[in-house]
Amino acid sequence: YIAETILTCDFQDKQYVGFATLPNQVHRKSVKKGFDFTLMVAGESGLGKSTLVNSLFLTDLYKDRKLLNAEERINQTVEITKHTVDIEEKGVKLKLTIVDTPGFGDAVNNNECWRPITDYIDQQFEQYFRDESGLNRKNILDNRVHCCLYFIPPFGHGLRPVDVEFMKALHEKVNIIPLISKADCLTPNEVKKLKDRVRDEIERFGIKVYQFPECDSDEEEEFKQMDKELKECTPFAVIGSNTVVEARGQRVRGRLYPWGIVEVENQSHCDFVKLRNMLIRSHMHDLKDVTCDVHYENYRAHCIQEMTSKLAQDNRTDSPLPLLPLPTPDVETERLIKMKDEELKRMQEMLEKMQQQMHEKDQ
Amino acid sequence: MEEREVEERVVEIEHPLPCLSESDTQGIIKGRDLFGYVGIEAVLDQMRRKTMKAGFEFNIMVVGQSGLGKSTLVNTLFKSKVSRKSCTPNYEEKISKTVHLQSVSHVIEEKGVKMKLTVIDTPGFGDQINNENCWEPIVKYVNEQYEKYLKEELNVNRKRRIPDTRVHCCVYFLPATGHWLRPIDVEFMRRLGKIVSIVPVIAKADTLTLEERLEFKQRIRQDLQANGIRVYPQKEYDEDAEDRILNDKIRENIPFAVVGTDKEHQVNGNKVLGRKTKWGIIEVENVAHCEFAHLRDLLIRSHLQDLKDVTHNIHYEAYRVKRLNESNANGLALSPLILENGTLEKSDRKPILTDVCRTVTGQAYGCM
Repeated sequence: YIAETILTCDFQDKQYVGFATLPNQVHRKSVKKGFDFTLMVAGESGLGKSTLVNSLFLTDLYKDRKLLNAEERINQTVEITKHTVDIEEKGVKLKLTIVDTPGFGDAVNNNECWRPITDYIDQQFEQYFRDESGLNRKNILDNRVHCCLYFIPPFGHGLRPVDVEFMKALHEKVNIIPLISKADCLTPNEVKKLKDRVRDEIERFGIKVYQFPECDSDEEEEFKQMDKELKECTPFAVIGSNTVVEARGQRVRGRLYPWGIVEVENQSHCDFVKLRNMLIRSHMHDLKDVTCDVHYENYRAHCIQEMTSKLAQDNRTDSPLPLLPLPTPDVETERLIKMKDEELKRMQEMLEKMQQQMHEKDQ
Repeated sequence: MEEREVEERVVEIEHPLPCLSESDTQGIIKGRDLFGYVGIEAVLDQMRRKTMKAGFEFNIMVVGQSGLGKSTLVNTLFKSKVSRKSCTPNYEEKISKTVHLQSVSHVIEEKGVKMKLTVIDTPGFGDQINNENCWEPIVKYVNEQYEKYLKEELNVNRKRRIPDTRVHCCVYFLPATGHWLRPIDVEFMRRLGKIVSIVPVIAKADTLTLEERLEFKQRIRQDLQANGIRVYPQKEYDEDAEDRILNDKIRENIPFAVVGTDKEHQVNGNKVLGRKTKWGIIEVENVAHCEFAHLRDLLIRSHLQDLKDVTHNIHYEAYRVKRLNESNANGLALSPLILENGTLEKSDRKPILTDVCRTVTGQAYGCM
């Protein structure tokens, strides 16, 4: 074996070590392992969410769906439904999970209709947190929501109160990408006006939507130009379609009207192509990274802080000593105490898990 | 009277005077049986001249969420800038926190006929997160107008022409979701359908293909029937077979899918009202594109007077009967208006109400 490596070194340049093949190795391993991606779609009924998802991934996830009528809807609450589908393209496998939110914004009284959604996202974080702190970490299921597409109706003059409240409730838990839906009822001028208005209001209300990462300065000019165009186009005005029509001699995905044909993949008609490129072809991995590094870490830190402060509180109230004002320890000691508490907590959890596993083995 | 005598003397008596024969069961003497030209039809001319001088009043209310194109549609319907948006200086499109009603009046004239058009707008309806009871200010407004008219009618010295601010027609805008009616739509139309004539329309319908439009309309009609909502033209108020045929055709087509605009474009050498997009021009007045022309015909060209009649003879009378019944319990004077939600669901009064209603409407139709 050693002889082989010496041989290859002799054949090639002496300075060439060979780890430039690492990306290829990673690539090969990922292809074998496959990717997973969880996408949430949120917005009122009738904004074309299902159609857009079908158009994005060229599948028919909602084949047997039954629409509720108004009477059933009066008593409907917001639900969370999941569809999982395995897609394979050129040997690369993607396990795609779509999280849908039927009932959002449909009732007469929509106070806190986003609560089930924030609870769901927190639950996924919590589950991952527990798994991560557990003993068997080989097969952790990552159900965290990587991206949330929020559908803004094109009928209004900008963001409505429910849009603002929803996005503010979620912008620190998940990557939000706002979209203008059913954009085929807007003329080009109206699209521009609406986009400007929405961008303005997003800034004014301090909503942190997903930001595209800045290009590296050593990227190609073409890529930088594309990136710039992408950023100026947000929020994307999209149109989806489940049908294929004949236009200009070709069969394309589109919608047939008496006054013309809207082509979903025509860039001058809508931003569907930009959305698809961004979501799947260029930024899918970044979305996952931001979810793991920012949103999940925020959740984790928040969770741990809560746990330790609760513990500290409990410890103090259980003390048999008379409730004299305790001298507050200085910042450094407080931090050490917190760290030790954290370690203790983690050890306790691990112990519990081990005990449970032994219990199960005995049975 | 003088004219008649002159005619009798001049014309020779060839036929016996017209009288009721056995075959003539209706008791109406037809024009061809008359002994010469009487001139009854000149009454129509006299009516026309009078109404042209006096002018018409028409009050239309538009209800729907912000951004559904209410102001644009009203402007397009009457081909003039009559909406609140066009009349308020420094109009800002922002969502108001409460529902309040604003009305704007204009006098528009066409071919010597004057019409005082009042457009009542309802900004804030359905725009909040919690829209419970957002229909109450509207119900209150409609009832207040009936109350005003009633008070004037009961006055000892009443004006020759009572100013009519009652809402003749309420156009309700449904967003083009393509699914079903939303709970807020059902709640609103259920309550308002009892006191005013509602005409539902699908707004911004250029986002639905023709098949989607048909399916959507079918589902809406099913929903309306399932919830017992009666929209204009109501089946019960068809006067005769001819009306029924005409109205049936309309009922099969509601709600109309409309698109509104005030911009004009060139199409095949003609100037048309339309919306220009990258994939084509949507012509507003082309019936193959959208049903704006049908809506306009319904509201203005064929059923405008009928809308007013239904409001006066049916909705107003029902309100009047209810109020007078309340007052009878308190003596002869009209009791002060208690603000309720405008429904006629007092179960113990129901039998009296419908009977009185029928006699009252019978009277109303009998007299001209």
